[in-house]
Amino acid sequence: MDLMLRGIADGVVDSARRSMMDDPGPLGRFGRFGGRYVPEALIPACEALEEGFRDAWADATFRATLQQTLELYAGRPTPVTPALRLSAELGVTVLLKREDLAHTGSHKINNVLGQALLARRMGKRHLLAETGAGQHGVATATAAALFGMRATVFMGERDMERQELNVFRMRLLGAEVVPVTSGSRTLKDACSEALRAWVTEVADAHYCIGSVMGPHPYPWMVREFQRVVGEEARAQCAGLLPAAQPDVVVACVGGGSNAAGTFAGFVDTTARLVGVEAAGGAAITDGAPGVLHGFQSQVLQDEAGQVREAHSISAGLDYPGIGPEHAHLADIGRAEYVTATDEEVLAAVERLARAEGILPALESSHALAWVLRAAGTPALPTGSTVLVTLSGRGDKDAEQLAARR
Amino acid sequence: MTVVATGVDRLEAHLRGRRDAGRALLVPYVTAGISADWTRYVEACAEAGADAVEIGLPFSDPMLDGPTIQEASHRALERGVTPQSLLAELAGLAVQVPLVVMTYANIVLRDGAPAFAERLSAAGVSGLIVPDLPLDELDDVAAPFEAAGVAMILLAAPATRPDRLRRIAERSRGFIYGVTVMGTTGERDSLAASAAGVAERVRAATDRPVLLGFGISRPDHAVQAAAHADGVVVASALMRRVLDGAAPAEVGADVAALRDALDRR
Repeated sequence: MDLMLRGIADGVVDSARRSMMDDPGPLGRFGRFGGRYVPEALIPACEALEEGFRDAWADATFRATLQQTLELYAGRPTPVTPALRLSAELGVTVLLKREDLAHTGSHKINNVLGQALLARRMGKRHLLAETGAGQHGVATATAAALFGMRATVFMGERDMERQELNVFRMRLLGAEVVPVTSGSRTLKDACSEALRAWVTEVADAHYCIGSVMGPHPYPWMVREFQRVVGEEARAQCAGLLPAAQPDVVVACVGGGSNAAGTFAGFVDTTARLVGVEAAGGAAITDGAPGVLHGFQSQVLQDEAGQVREAHSISAGLDYPGIGPEHAHLADIGRAEYVTATDEEVLAAVERLARAEGILPALESSHALAWVLRAAGTPALPTGSTVLVTLSGRGDKDAEQLAARR
Repeated sequence: MTVVATGVDRLEAHLRGRRDAGRALLVPYVTAGISADWTRYVEACAEAGADAVEIGLPFSDPMLDGPTIQEASHRALERGVTPQSLLAELAGLAVQVPLVVMTYANIVLRDGAPAFAERLSAAGVSGLIVPDLPLDELDDVAAPFEAAGVAMILLAAPATRPDRLRRIAERSRGFIYGVTVMGTTGERDSLAASAAGVAERVRAATDRPVLLGFGISRPDHAVQAAAHADGVVVASALMRRVLDGAAPAEVGADVAALRDALDRR
């Protein structure tokens, strides 16, 4: 915390900030993290995807098609809502970036529509995806239905039990849901299985990764597709706050896609950036440098290098790694990463529901939990302003919440 | 035959010598730690006519492995083994052929490449295969292995383009591992149609030994593969037998059958 405040006091100049969260170059490096640690069989596919994305992202027609789809189909822009009662209670101004209002109920749709349009542009007709809580799986199934593509979603058997409703939603949308029975039967195993499937079907299938992770170009590409969250929020904050920008920007972090998209909109400002990990899956706090699922980052692992399982009340944050760019932002001190416990998260869900009539997802509630804890302390002083990205809505968690009461 | 090569060149010299004498190379694979007596499987393979033995150091998330090696790795890790404990067991073995380790990047980099290279060298290992450490990520990692006398063996896939294949052939030490199929490791009913093409493209780029692996399950597959390459790696078919309860002597008999078929081809 103190480090961050000092960094701002030192007045790190805007020009240095502007080069942050930019193009990571042909090797996909974010400082000492990132890269492309994949089997030789996937190298041509990663290279083709990088080329395809560079080409599409520079093409005004592609950008316009994506923008139009986001507006007419996914409901963008999502509003920034001042949380008036909560702000009065806490003594800080809380603004909520409402990704819970996006189609399918979370920010995941932004990335998926981008990747599905890109896959179509590259002539691929089949989307592969991994999913933890099921939000990315549902978003992928949705995009596949919209564009007339096939979708195959890999999901850990244990997560399928925890998120039965999302499994049903995916199947209703026409996707094939493949149970993953290896290892811990959760998100990390679903990622491994999706990568294996991609090796086998690489000619026809696009692997639609759900977060800012995986081999280059994924961490960069997914952040660019999520950048819309931060860019909208920045413009909206300018209209809502006397100082034009919030003092603090906070988002939850599993792989870290909603945080990456949010931070990208504010990295060149003086706003403090805070990522909140699940206490039982805190790769930055408890991890060590490692290589998993095609990229180098901070990874939860034992002394021998075996990857540990993450444990959190929210299936969407149960991932033992974190996007490489977050590991880098932590390295250079531009963002700080903290944790929230399951109990704090449950309290945050209820607090927002009662104060504002908004039921947030368990994942997003990690960001809120930090605000509740920090408000009135030097980390978030009375009178300051904070933007919270509410990455998704909590309807999917109703059953789990009911069981905990 | 006297092997005069030392250091990082000794694996390649050994394999070249045998190949040039007209022998089809056979490299069986054993998942280290799959059972308490796993080193006896290594010895059985060596005695049954292997030209080298590949040792899999188990990793929790084996991205390029199919169900059999996943299960073998899982079983080994459940026994509480670590790369250090397994390499210590390997160091005590007196097999007459080179040992090559296969594992994933996270295991290699956990304590840094120099430390891992030292451990391999101390265990008498002369080669290393890391499927998720491709050419592009090699620069910061390769030097300590070269210095420790451990050959960094690179893989080539059916989708690998000719210009990249040339760079792989140039950088690879020991041999080049030709992956027969766009897929994961695992038993197959027949040799993949893509196998011959991979072998021939690699051979056109180098005269280093070229071994084919992935889905080579039976003696007739090995013979077919050896028509295009210098030899074969056989992994899942043998580990399936171990998982199903086969004793070292029985796995040794399987390797002997592969050897016999290759010698009579």
